Amino acid sequence: MKNKTPQQDGLVRFLDEEGNVRHPLPELDAGLLLRMYRNMVHTRLFDERAMMLQRQGRIGFFVPSYGEEATQTATAAVLDPNDWAFPSYRNPGVFLYRGAGIFEMFCNLFSNEKDLCLGRQMPAHYSFSDLRLFSISSPIATQVIQAVGAAMAFKLRKQKQCAITYFGDGGTSENDFHTGMTFAGAYCAPVVFVCTNNQYAISMPVSRQCGARRLADKALGYGFPGVAVDGNDVLAVYVAAKEAVERAREGKGPTMLECVTMRMGPHSSSDDPTRYRDQKITDEWKKKDPIERFRKYLTNQKLWSDKKDKELEEQLKNELVELAGKAEKVSQPTIESLFDDVYEKLTPQLEKQRGQLLLERDLIGKFENSSESFPL
Amino acid sequence: MTTMTLVQAVRDALHSQMKLDPSVIVIGEDVGVNGGVFRATADLIKDFGDDRVLDTPLAESGIIGMAMGMAANGLRPVAEIQFLDFIYPAFDQIVNEVAKLRYRSGGKLSCPMVVRAPYGGGIRGGHYHSQSSEAYFTHTPGLKVVVPSNPYDAKGLLISAIRDNDPVFFLEPKRLYRSVKGEVPEGPYEVEIGKAQVTRPGKDVTILCWGAMVPTCQKAADLCASRGADCEVLDLRTLVPLDETAVLDSVKKTGRVVIVHEAPKTCGFGAELAALIAEEAILYLEAPIIRVAGFDTPFPYALEHVYMPSAERIALAVGKVKNF
Repeated sequence: MKNKTPQQDGLVRFLDEEGNVRHPLPELDAGLLLRMYRNMVHTRLFDERAMMLQRQGRIGFFVPSYGEEATQTATAAVLDPNDWAFPSYRNPGVFLYRGAGIFEMFCNLFSNEKDLCLGRQMPAHYSFSDLRLFSISSPIATQVIQAVGAAMAFKLRKQKQCAITYFGDGGTSENDFHTGMTFAGAYCAPVVFVCTNNQYAISMPVSRQCGARRLADKALGYGFPGVAVDGNDVLAVYVAAKEAVERAREGKGPTMLECVTMRMGPHSSSDDPTRYRDQKITDEWKKKDPIERFRKYLTNQKLWSDKKDKELEEQLKNELVELAGKAEKVSQPTIESLFDDVYEKLTPQLEKQRGQLLLERDLIGKFENSSESFPL
Repeated sequence: MTTMTLVQAVRDALHSQMKLDPSVIVIGEDVGVNGGVFRATADLIKDFGDDRVLDTPLAESGIIGMAMGMAANGLRPVAEIQFLDFIYPAFDQIVNEVAKLRYRSGGKLSCPMVVRAPYGGGIRGGHYHSQSSEAYFTHTPGLKVVVPSNPYDAKGLLISAIRDNDPVFFLEPKRLYRSVKGEVPEGPYEVEIGKAQVTRPGKDVTILCWGAMVPTCQKAADLCASRGADCEVLDLRTLVPLDETAVLDSVKKTGRVVIVHEAPKTCGFGAELAALIAEEAILYLEAPIIRVAGFDTPFPYALEHVYMPSAERIALAVGKVKNF
């Protein structure tokens, strides 16, 4: 791989923990660097705001991505608008980078009628198909083989586009990861597999997930390259992802990236990581924080300053508070909408069931909310 | 018009629609050079090339998952699962992914794809080449389930399925693949999804059936006629969305119902039909509803002729409801 020399720990890395350049960097546009930085900060603040909403009981559930901002941002930054991204539920940064509206994302968290999937899924299961961000599913790694399908549609139509898909270290144990990798290798499909190795699948450490030393090594068995990068070095992820996407577009086939990072927060708002993870581990990883590392680099390069940082944070925070408040006021989805979009048109059966339900609503008056709070 | 077997009609449908619509592609195990183990895709690769007739690695969840990604990105894949018995590795992709995509994307994304699979017994296929698993799919909102019983319907329904903007399961009665022949028009035509057909009108007893059981039920009706019972045979053709009107009209006319399917009796689609009739037409019934079905056992090998509903067993059931 032309731009990447692995470091002692086997990971591609340009920046050390202090943001110093330790390996010759390819030239990168300052505008791009600043956009990536902004997205990383935005992702973290979005996560913080959403977790706060959940803790205050204003939304039911959330999946934060603390610590994984560099991986999400840099892999999204290499894509063209026409490429398809098949994310997992822990990828708000990918949605933000591709231009998903914050208001619409909050509407998803509040499961209201302006949520693009009309409150039909749990929070953090976004769907921005106009931005070629595929609808999110809870079962793990199901999107991997679907991304290969989208990539094959590009290939069969001879379009120079690619698909990218995201999954975690736990995802590499799933059937659909292996079928996705098998099919992609067999067809030389224009697809990039991004494994966010955040060390934990809920409580299970990656050391017990499988016997491979490096998850990226799995790619070899399917006949294409696997590259392990420091997932907290946004520049390393960017360079590796860029090369992977170019390979795909040039018809050279798939690449698997293993972005080694740490899930700094809980699995979800329902999880308590102190039950299974020593605080010392996260303390150690805090020193490798991707945002701080990148900020130090940008400051050293005179592209950024503490003052600008403060201004950005204030501006983004204000916007998040305002848009969350606005989304909270939007009505719940209508009862009628329950039956829409199962099929292109209502079947006679659904029409009958809808009619019956509306009749019952008129008789009962109001449907009481009988749900338990999230036990997940 | 040409006389064709059912499997030839399937192939003819694929050929006609591929010729008409370049977004239609065929994928599956051995569908390319080999033309499918039943030859349902014979020589398509010669006419349309290996970009449109894609042999896949041996992984059913991969076939369905890849088809879904293709369908969401502008193609209309027709995926073949070699035997319906082999579809279970793809169950998650079908139930959680394909079936829910339109709903979970707020109507913005869809899976215009067809899953073709030969189903059913009567070919000495044992446990794993004989199952009738339609109820798993009829129980999944978001899927349509179609089962033809003759060459004309097979072609017309498959073309409709490919043109449909929702995912359609197209279950092919492999026992009839070569045993039934019929006139099939040249070029594309549609048979509407969601419409049943009376294949034999009668006034005494309604027999509800689909797929490979249709000719068996016709035979049973012949037997019954000689014994003084005039049966109406209704070929459902589509299980989801069900033609409830056709079912209820026939039941209201005869007041007596026998439901026939190969799948195990418990929670088979026949249970749904019986419940529907009870909900909508109970006062028209003159006798209990009887189901003649496969037994609640795995599909057997040596005793498959005992397991499969036969014309004689169906005729016994007809006699029972007629003389109740």
